[in-house]
Amino acid sequence: MSQSYNRGLIEDFGRWKEFSAGMWAWIFHKFTGWVLIGYLFTHIAVLSSALAGPEAYTDTLQGLEALFVVRVLEVGLLAVAVFHMMNGIRLLMVDLGIGLDAQDKTFYLSLIVTGAIAVASVPTFMTDVGF
Amino acid sequence: MSTQEQQPEPETEPETEPETQESPADPEMSGLASPQQRRLQRKAANLAERERQAAEDESNLEEDTVHLKVFRFDPEVEDKQEPRFDDFHVPFERGMTVLDALIYARDEYDSSLTFRHSCRQAICGSDAFFVNGSQHLGCKTQISELEQPVRVEPLPHQEVVKDLVVDMEHFYEQMHAVEPYMQQEDLPEGELEEMRQSRENREKIKMSTRCIWCAACMSSCNIAAGDNQYLGPAAINKAYRFAMDEREDEEIKEHRLRIIEQEHGVWRCQTQFSCTEVCPKDIPLTEHIQELKREAVKKNLKFW
Repeated sequence: MSQSYNRGLIEDFGRWKEFSAGMWAWIFHKFTGWVLIGYLFTHIAVLSSALAGPEAYTDTLQGLEALFVVRVLEVGLLAVAVFHMMNGIRLLMVDLGIGLDAQDKTFYLSLIVTGAIAVASVPTFMTDVGF
Repeated sequence: MSTQEQQPEPETEPETEPETQESPADPEMSGLASPQQRRLQRKAANLAERERQAAEDESNLEEDTVHLKVFRFDPEVEDKQEPRFDDFHVPFERGMTVLDALIYARDEYDSSLTFRHSCRQAICGSDAFFVNGSQHLGCKTQISELEQPVRVEPLPHQEVVKDLVVDMEHFYEQMHAVEPYMQQEDLPEGELEEMRQSRENREKIKMSTRCIWCAACMSSCNIAAGDNQYLGPAAINKAYRFAMDEREDEEIKEHRLRIIEQEHGVWRCQTQFSCTEVCPKDIPLTEHIQELKREAVKKNLKFW
């Protein structure tokens, strides 16, 4: 019996240009999910500064909010959360069997909504740091 | 009616040589008004039109060739054990499919080029290839719709036996794992009594019956690639075809749901829609998997 050849994983990220809407939705959903979990830990870390007293808490928050990077990250966090929510609704619909033919369109729609909300939030988040 | 003997049979005579038709001696029969004459004239005109069309196409596509890049691997020849891509330049013809091009390349250039094909009309499911980065049925994919060079590879996530031939054994095992056959034991009374299916139920399972076992979906599935035990879209679709068939009893349906709700069953599906997109028979695989998920939940959650 001759040897057969195992080509391994063909469809790795090297083929990202050939990914379809459903695949991108899956990748983004995973990615945003992990980002949100990561944020949860930093969130708890920042909030627990209140254990050292109200002044420490206020100082920490004000110190963080004064940083330009933190403001940019907040916009990013909002975008990530909105996409995760929108795609979550989309997945709920998919699970219920509603509009499966339009699954690619709903993915694009959730991308557009995410972009719009992120852009609209920039003036709010960026006050006092250059805007 | 002696004239009828000379008259050629209009239906069986090919339309290629209408001018050799003998005109019947009877003046009544030779007139232009005769239906046969009119039919022959129309056929001749159609033929001329077709020839003109063909000549036009010919001149348009005279030097058109298809550039194929084909994955090659042969474990039995030492120099071919390292996988490589071979280039073939195949003359293009109108309506040429990927399979046609491969057949031409094999017949004219390299008889060692190996690939499976059988019916050439998208029914046997032998010739699923990985064409330009997605799974296609070779005989159903028009070359003119693809970007050149056309890269033809064996299906991903399956062991390559030779060139474009992959080992389908695992796929068949998964297909058989869901018991893809009717298991109804209580047959209707009476020897000639039929087991009827309602039209609505037939419509419900219609698309799922169209599976041709080509394994394009299984090969496109990201989850099946990482989890070898995952049943895969085709097998779950097969399970759907029988679980939703109302001719089987409720216990058998429950038995089927028990198979597909196991760890490597329906719950592995993450609705990437890859399978639905590559299915050459347009089966809504994701929809079927999702419906089975709901059925499985309904079976286990009984509040009433």
